[in-house]
Amino acid sequence: MTNSVKTSENNLVSYGLAQAHLLIAVLYVFIAVLAGLTFSLQFIDLYPFKDIALLSPGRIRMVHTQAVAYAWLANAFFGVLHYMIPKLTNHKIYSEKLGWFVFYAYNFLILATVALILGGHAQGLEWAETPRILDPFIAVVVVLFVFNMVTPIYKARANPYYVSVWYVLAALIWTPIVYLMGNFLPQYVFPGTSGAAISSMYIHDLVGLFVTPIGTAMAYYLLPVILKRPLYSHALSLIGFWGLAFFYPMNSTHHYLYSPIPMWSQYAGIVASVGVHIVVYTVVFNVIATMSQDWKTVMSNIPLRFLFVGIICYLITCIQCAVQVTLSVQKIIHFTDWVVGHSHFVLFGVFSFWSFAWIYYLLPRLLKTPMYSASMMSWHFWLSTGGIFLMQFDLLSAGLVQGNLWADLAPFIDSVIASVPFWWVRTFSGMMIFVGEALFIINVYMTWKQSREQTSVPSGSSVQMAKA
Amino acid sequence: MASKNFEKFSSVFLLAGLTSLIIAFLILGLAPATMVNGMAPDEGLPAKIPSDFQKYYSSVDQYRSALKHGRDVYVSEACWHCHSQYVRPVSNESLRYGPVSQPGEYHNVLNLPQLFGTRRVGPDLSRESGKRPNDWQFAHLYNPKSVEPRSVMPSYGYYFEVRKKDGSPLKGEDFNSPEVEIVPKQEAIDLVAYLQWLGNQVSERSNSTFDPSAIVMPPTE
Ligand code: HEC
Repeated sequence: MTNSVKTSENNLVSYGLAQAHLLIAVLYVFIAVLAGLTFSLQFIDLYPFKDIALLSPGRIRMVHTQAVAYAWLANAFFGVLHYMIPKLTNHKIYSEKLGWFVFYAYNFLILATVALILGGHAQGLEWAETPRILDPFIAVVVVLFVFNMVTPIYKARANPYYVSVWYVLAALIWTPIVYLMGNFLPQYVFPGTSGAAISSMYIHDLVGLFVTPIGTAMAYYLLPVILKRPLYSHALSLIGFWGLAFFYPMNSTHHYLYSPIPMWSQYAGIVASVGVHIVVYTVVFNVIATMSQDWKTVMSNIPLRFLFVGIICYLITCIQCAVQVTLSVQKIIHFTDWVVGHSHFVLFGVFSFWSFAWIYYLLPRLLKTPMYSASMMSWHFWLSTGGIFLMQFDLLSAGLVQGNLWADLAPFIDSVIASVPFWWVRTFSGMMIFVGEALFIINVYMTWKQSREQTSVPSGSSVQMAKA
Repeated sequence: MASKNFEKFSSVFLLAGLTSLIIAFLILGLAPATMVNGMAPDEGLPAKIPSDFQKYYSSVDQYRSALKHGRDVYVSEACWHCHSQYVRPVSNESLRYGPVSQPGEYHNVLNLPQLFGTRRVGPDLSRESGKRPNDWQFAHLYNPKSVEPRSVMPSYGYYFEVRKKDGSPLKGEDFNSPEVEIVPKQEAIDLVAYLQWLGNQVSERSNSTFDPSAIVMPPTE
């Protein structure tokens, strides 16, 4: 953190690249939430596009999950990394031109993914529904991005890395491997149960080895910077990091418990999942301990508020994980809406919240304009928080109802009928989140517009304005 | 301080972190694969056309490629996001769906990639074959509410053609007349062929080289 002060900001960080990724991410999160909300209408019999092949509910569902992971989170992460890594290493990325190429190519591939999924060419692998023909291209683009980012990290190897760099470095190395493994092996090489074992590694490692480390790195950077206080314990954060590296990859089979995958593999997955708690508690403790030095700032600053709710969600999901990974709980909750609630909590409650925090922190700096509306930010925060907690509570309850009805051998349709009230609440909570996201995109758009209008003003005294 | 000592070994740790992913991949990913034999291109595919489908397909090859096509439709519509394809040994699932799934059932080209699924909005389909007649399946796909009024499954009307029995073009208002018929397009026929195949391999494991005794199974209740 210390070495970032001196260098002139303009030369070190490519503001344009960071900004491009973040702005497009804001557009995508809106689309992703819209798709999810639309799909939820199918469950309460209000689906607006019945019998239209291109907008069939199943296809919209795949667009929703793909947009969340690859369009929204990945773009937000890429944008943040373009800022964070040069700042932390004091070196530029390898090439700005390459960065722009990655930006255009990656987002073109996203659009192609959406078009082909809607056209009925999805791949039959969970979280890897990206059409088969696009997979190799995405792999290449990801490798190029990694190359661009690893260069400054490598150049800075003389000094000890701040913990965020460790997280990012590991994620950059893991992600291409995980992507190649998950998209190609089960598709072309391993059928049936052996393919499922690998596919479950992909499902898990996408979250565990791409989203989690980069998200944690983002939180560990933003917190000390805004609070202007050092992290509570750097050593503790490193222990958390190595815990992640050793336990996370082994977790995977817990996605297919009681499946025909060999049982010893499932047991290994369960044991490693419990080991993940080392990671979780160090991160949570470290973040909360850092925050507790200055609660007043945490509560009054929007990015920190997002960080705070994110870390609470992180703690809850992870405790939940320890419970739901046990075989006796799996009997009931597997295949139910419980799991759906869990994944929303992780990807929205934790990592999207941390991305929101970053965007609210960084965009005003990149655009040299304060956010257009503070009350919109506040509404975005409260609607997202209210929405995700309501959704979580609702889906967990729905899961318990469904699982017990199934175990009790009630006719299947009974579980559908019993779920309908829960699905109404789910759609309502989705509406809350959607309105929050709409305010978000409007707010960002207006900020961007204002920044364009201001360009005539000589930019130099802009630091003051950026106080989010 | 502690973190300083830690960082001395940083590159060792980084290698170790990478290794742990590779070890995990070998143990959890590849080891299960070594327990099953290699697979022929037509592994596990049926040797004859079921009688119900003889009017749709003239040769076994045609039927086999129809199964693959039906499966593609199943993938592209994300049926597998609402329907699982394995029966667990718990929660009375064997009473509801049929025999608990065995690894060998999935050792065929129609499970490349597998479609285990992780969510059951609708029932498990791994024992669907023969559970319902073809007509029920067609009616259900065309409009699930026609056979199950409280269903939340999407309708797939675009895989059917609504036309007059004499072949003349349909004009708006005569939709309900007895002259009108709703016929499945090729996609719907192939999809139902696939659905009626699911679970078939339990009884007719025709040309599989798989040895089930090689696998350690989860304990049954
Ligand atoms: C939104 C979730 C959803 C999607 C997508 C979905 N289904 Fe269903 N499906 C259901 C529900 C709920 C039921 C139970 C009620 C009923 O019978 O309609 C069901 C029932 C079924 C049944 C009857 C099972 C039985 O024997 O009782 C079949 C067969 C079926 N679906 C096939 C399909 C196929 C094929 C597709 C893809 C083209 C598909 N489903 C897509 C939710 C879904």
